[in-house]
Amino acid sequence: MSLVLKNVVKKVGSETHIYDMSVELEDEGFNILLGTTLSGKTSLIQLMAGLEKPTSGEIWFRGKNVTTVAVQKRNVSMVHQQFINYPSWSVFENIASPLKVAGLTRATIDERVGSIAEMLKLTPMLGRNPNELSGGQQQRTALARALVKDSDLILLDEPLANLDYKLREELRDELPKLFTDRGCMVIYATSEPEEALSLGGHTVALHEGQIVQYGNTSKVYRDPENLRAGKVFSNPPINIVPVSMRGGKIHLNDLVSWPATESQKHLDDGDYKMAVRAHHVTPVQPQGHSVNIQGRVLVTELSGSESVAHFELDNQTWISQSHGMHGNNVGDLARFHINIEHCLFFDPAGNRITA
Amino acid sequence: MRKYKWLVPTLYILFLMLPIYWLLNMSFKTTNEILGGFTLWPQEFTLVNYITIFSDPTWYIGYVNSITYVVINTVISVSVALPAAYAFSRYNFLGDKHLFFWLLTNRMAPPAVFALPFFQLYSAVNLFDTHIAVALAHGLFNIPLAVWILEGFMSGIPKELDETAYVDGYSFPRFFIKIFIPTIAAGIGVAAFFCFMFSWVELLLAKTLTSVAAKPIAAIMTRTASTSGYELGLLAAAGALTIIPGAIVIYFVRNHIAKGFALGRV
Repeated sequence: MSLVLKNVVKKVGSETHIYDMSVELEDEGFNILLGTTLSGKTSLIQLMAGLEKPTSGEIWFRGKNVTTVAVQKRNVSMVHQQFINYPSWSVFENIASPLKVAGLTRATIDERVGSIAEMLKLTPMLGRNPNELSGGQQQRTALARALVKDSDLILLDEPLANLDYKLREELRDELPKLFTDRGCMVIYATSEPEEALSLGGHTVALHEGQIVQYGNTSKVYRDPENLRAGKVFSNPPINIVPVSMRGGKIHLNDLVSWPATESQKHLDDGDYKMAVRAHHVTPVQPQGHSVNIQGRVLVTELSGSESVAHFELDNQTWISQSHGMHGNNVGDLARFHINIEHCLFFDPAGNRITA
Repeated sequence: MRKYKWLVPTLYILFLMLPIYWLLNMSFKTTNEILGGFTLWPQEFTLVNYITIFSDPTWYIGYVNSITYVVINTVISVSVALPAAYAFSRYNFLGDKHLFFWLLTNRMAPPAVFALPFFQLYSAVNLFDTHIAVALAHGLFNIPLAVWILEGFMSGIPKELDETAYVDGYSFPRFFIKIFIPTIAAGIGVAAFFCFMFSWVELLLAKTLTSVAAKPIAAIMTRTASTSGYELGLLAAAGALTIIPGAIVIYFVRNHIAKGFALGRV
């Protein structure tokens, strides 16, 4: 029992931002809201914070119905994607602001701001104005303000999205440490699957205002319950192709087929959708069972340690991701290997079929 | 070519400054000298015009009156416009866009249109010839202007700032006064400046709505021209002094004005 949404709906004008949503989030560790833009992450965060009221439904927090409780009374903290600080105040005053509102004594405020600033490496900047700081330091200030009070619920809305790559990695490594032993619940919205995986905890996969899957982060990644969860939780996008099962063999097309493996034997004859992650479609033959296909290369991206190729087969675009440099020329026919042990099967409606 | 690149700015400044110079020049001359012939600078330098203005109550009270209603107007305009601009920048409500545009159309009607109804209305409620009457009348064009300017500045502040403050525990009034107003201080300065200027230079309504007790300096200047002959030196001195408040205000907001223009709101 921690944060519970009961049939929450949020409509703004004629648009529905959140469709009838019910979920019970874990009190421990990170709860990650994973979804692309317009998936409803920010709407959900605003509902959880109490900045917006749901159109219908109830929100319960630690056993209490907080649906109509004002945000000021909820004891929550929040960090936005944009670097939001009070520009007319110094970094110290920014961090101290929630404590001042709470009416703590000067000495307590000094002490708590001092220790949180130390933790976030902001001590030398305390007297400066937030606008004079770098993006990373501005976001650290916002984080410090969120952490300085003993909130029950901390909401982070893509806090790293506006930072450059290096700062993002640095802060991402620090984040879990900041929240341990605080006795607070953390909700973390992100659009990046890597971020979700590195933070762990539990993940709510969102798609167009609906929950497509909720569970342990690594389980949601490994075992998507439906195609949409698989799509949300994949970068580069997961390959989804139609296949059919006939007489113990799985047919990708007229030329490519393979005998069903041990984990695929349970499939009845019929049409399916098969999903396979880009890194299981490689130019080099992987260990274990694989089949090879030939496709015409459309786009290649090299990033030093890995190569991504988009290729076309039967009017279907595939994406391959592999370690090392595999420079295929655009327009060439190239051979790729599908690791068939890592294929996931879904019925035509998009629901996962497991044994 | 390069040798003459000082030429254009010099000419520009020369043309800009010429009328002001001429006004100052006249203000230090005697009326006889002004009427007597063409002189580039005062032949008989005199401060008597300024002394008259600062010693004669019928003169200096004009400045006091003008400043009084201009300040009242600026305070009213900005304090009324702040919540209005906040609503326009943060909320969607029925007809908000039309209402916002309609504010601007208020500036399209010449003040002369309102002179007669205002005269009648203010007389009827016993506000004729008071400072507050002129201040309220000038609100007709200054409040829409202030709303328009402030909305631009407020829309430049992300609404996440408001949310952060609420999450921190600020109530709306406390957030608005302690955080939001300091954040848009530059915008308030620019809005106040324009309210001040437009109220300061407006003559028609100010003249129509006053007779003795709240008569603005500009009205006193026109009176002098018509009754006691041509006291040109005195008029020039009064004119020179009339420029000063605007110059002072412009000095304080000079760094923010460009931002107001950049927002396309002025």
